[in-house]
Amino acid sequence: MAHVDGTHPVEENHGSLKSYTIGYLFSIVLTIIPIAIILGGWLHGTAKAVVLMLLGVLQFIVQLFFFMHLREEKKPRYNLISLILGLVILVVIVAGSMWIMLYNMVET
Amino acid sequence: MFDQIKEFASGFFVTGDPLIYGADVSILLVTAAIIFTLTYFKKWRWLWREWLTSVDHKKIGIMYILAAFLMMFRGGVDALLMRAQLAIPGADFLQPDHYNEVFTTHGVIMILFMAMPFMFGLFNIIVPLQIGARDVAYPILNSLSFWLFFAGAMLFNLSFVIGGSPDAGWLAYPPYSELMYNPGVGQDFYIWGIQISGIGSLMTGINFLVTILKMRAPGMKLMKMPLFPWSVLSSCIAIIFSFPILTATLALLFLDRYAGAHFFTLDGGGNPMMYINLIWMWGHPEVYIIVLPAFGIFSEIVSTFSRKKLFGYQSMVYAMIIISVLSFLVWAHHFFTMGSGAGVNTFFALSTMLIAIPTGVKVFNWLFTMFRGRITVKTPMLWTIGFIPCFIVGGLTGVLLSVAPADFQFHNSYFLIAHFHQVIIGGVIFGYFAGLYYWWPKMFGFTLNEHIGKWAFWFWNIGFYACFMPQYVLGLMGMTRRVVSYGWDKGWWPLNFVSTIGAALMGIAFVLQVWQIIHGVKHYRKNLDTTGDPWDGRTLEWSIPSPAPHYNFAVLPQVEELDDWWEKKQRGVHKQLNNIAEEKLEPIHMPKNSGMPIIMAGCWFLAGFGFVFHWLWLTIPGLAGVAICMLAHSFNYDTDYYIPVKEIKETEAALRKVTIS
Repeated sequence: MAHVDGTHPVEENHGSLKSYTIGYLFSIVLTIIPIAIILGGWLHGTAKAVVLMLLGVLQFIVQLFFFMHLREEKKPRYNLISLILGLVILVVIVAGSMWIMLYNMVET
Repeated sequence: MFDQIKEFASGFFVTGDPLIYGADVSILLVTAAIIFTLTYFKKWRWLWREWLTSVDHKKIGIMYILAAFLMMFRGGVDALLMRAQLAIPGADFLQPDHYNEVFTTHGVIMILFMAMPFMFGLFNIIVPLQIGARDVAYPILNSLSFWLFFAGAMLFNLSFVIGGSPDAGWLAYPPYSELMYNPGVGQDFYIWGIQISGIGSLMTGINFLVTILKMRAPGMKLMKMPLFPWSVLSSCIAIIFSFPILTATLALLFLDRYAGAHFFTLDGGGNPMMYINLIWMWGHPEVYIIVLPAFGIFSEIVSTFSRKKLFGYQSMVYAMIIISVLSFLVWAHHFFTMGSGAGVNTFFALSTMLIAIPTGVKVFNWLFTMFRGRITVKTPMLWTIGFIPCFIVGGLTGVLLSVAPADFQFHNSYFLIAHFHQVIIGGVIFGYFAGLYYWWPKMFGFTLNEHIGKWAFWFWNIGFYACFMPQYVLGLMGMTRRVVSYGWDKGWWPLNFVSTIGAALMGIAFVLQVWQIIHGVKHYRKNLDTTGDPWDGRTLEWSIPSPAPHYNFAVLPQVEELDDWWEKKQRGVHKQLNNIAEEKLEPIHMPKNSGMPIIMAGCWFLAGFGFVFHWLWLTIPGLAGVAICMLAHSFNYDTDYYIPVKEIKETEAALRKVTIS
């Protein structure tokens, strides 16, 4: 009967109503700000790009802590490895795309 | 009223092509035949209970492989149509726009609706058996994955007779796949067919990752796990990180087409090159996703049929993990010619060449495993031996392609076509065939005819080389792909003609394989696998009867070593294991069947169809159905049951042909 918990997850603490509400409010605010920046035309150029990316990163952190329950795990090793791998691939995707797309002009 | 219906139908159904009328008739006939047979033999209930709602990983795997064979037929017919068109210069067998549709559907179907389900089928059938588990981690999710794949595949294939097929190539590069140049519904069928089945693929990736990490038999440390689950693990890692990119990319393309966004258009600040950049971030890992499990299969087969421990087990494991991570660092080699700077091209050329190193390690390990082994050449081993030279040549031409300056010559030429068919047919398809032949007795309880199998093997191989070797030459001479016809003046027709003959030989080989299966089913009594271990195997799946009982293991095995079953046989302790009367049996905890997955996939199908035709009256109920299925399932607490000891004893006695007290 060693693998019964494979089909029946043991009840764990998956956050409280309070933490979910805080996370929800945070993510709404972090969604409204970039929309306002774009629609209102508040910022331009590099400043706009940097602020938008920063808000994206904050959004990511909010998701990880309030909805993915980072730091609430009993055995964090697998989670840590997969999080690191995920971040590496994320950086590869974002930085690699920017590198390819920004420096793709061959002098003709 | 009648005029309105006529007007609607003329835009809705594809008309004007004898091939399509033929397809209409055959679809109707086959559907009618299936409905009649099921009704006549009163099999609807049986079908629903035993198959459609089943959460048994082995049955889901069989359905995956069945669907993959159907799709292989469709994709193969596409290939033969193309080769027939190209055999003679100036042939007008296919019209140019029809030719575009044929190469597009051939590519999409072969990769996404043939190779992927074939692979998932083998995952499903073998992984739980090899790691000594009774099912996958999330059985109902597994069933949902299958039905989402099936719904996506059906939606995609429907485009042939309803609305019109996509024609922008298998990766649908903009700007041609954008609304401006491609106003029909074909590209929308493409987007939704892939999106829906893609959700299923991602869930399968997660499911098997968790299964392998959490559900191994007691004692099976990661480094005592057979190689196939390792290859599945590395493939799943790549699935989990790459499929979300595909989903996002296609969603952006959908917004462009449906909502007037400008992500990839040439105006409104969009950039088509970003699509190509994004799609290859998924597309490149994707080819490693499908080839890694084939590497795992070859590793199992080589060591079983050489009667030796796999040479360099640890280096194999590391090689696979490295390949799955490196696959994320090479995507730009698919667009070397698109005007990136020298720095970008150099980086991606080098990272691509690096992948040859772990791959080379694997090839040497297989060869060293065979060295001084006692080799028996049954069909699975034959495919493995056929794979090695084929994959080496394909890999080497891949290294040639990775040389960025040379790629300006090879790009989009038939050299490239020959290269990727060589690695995908020679690596992936040969691997899955080897796996299918190897595990067939475990799936169905009888072995297939070796004689027909060997004929099929030789037809496949000779046909393969006859088809693709001329294409390397044609590519170097400058023949580019996706062109409907080249004139007599080029002097390429003899090579093209030989290539077409090769394709036909592979078509015959496929027919031989289908015949082999029909022959096997007809004469199954003669070829029954009574031992459960027809190849004298090494891993846990051979320790149970064939076909495996639905709970897999009456008593969960206690693993001590790598190739545990083989070691137990060497020490002669396996007989005690077979005699389960002495073991203390306990009731087995199993998941119950569920109708939710097939209903939910049906709702996704309706929603997708609605999106394709901009029919909100169909999309909204479809999506609502999806939401209701999720909600209803989350309140369903009646998902499991226990198999009583008495029933286990009876099943085991029947399967092992022994009486258990």
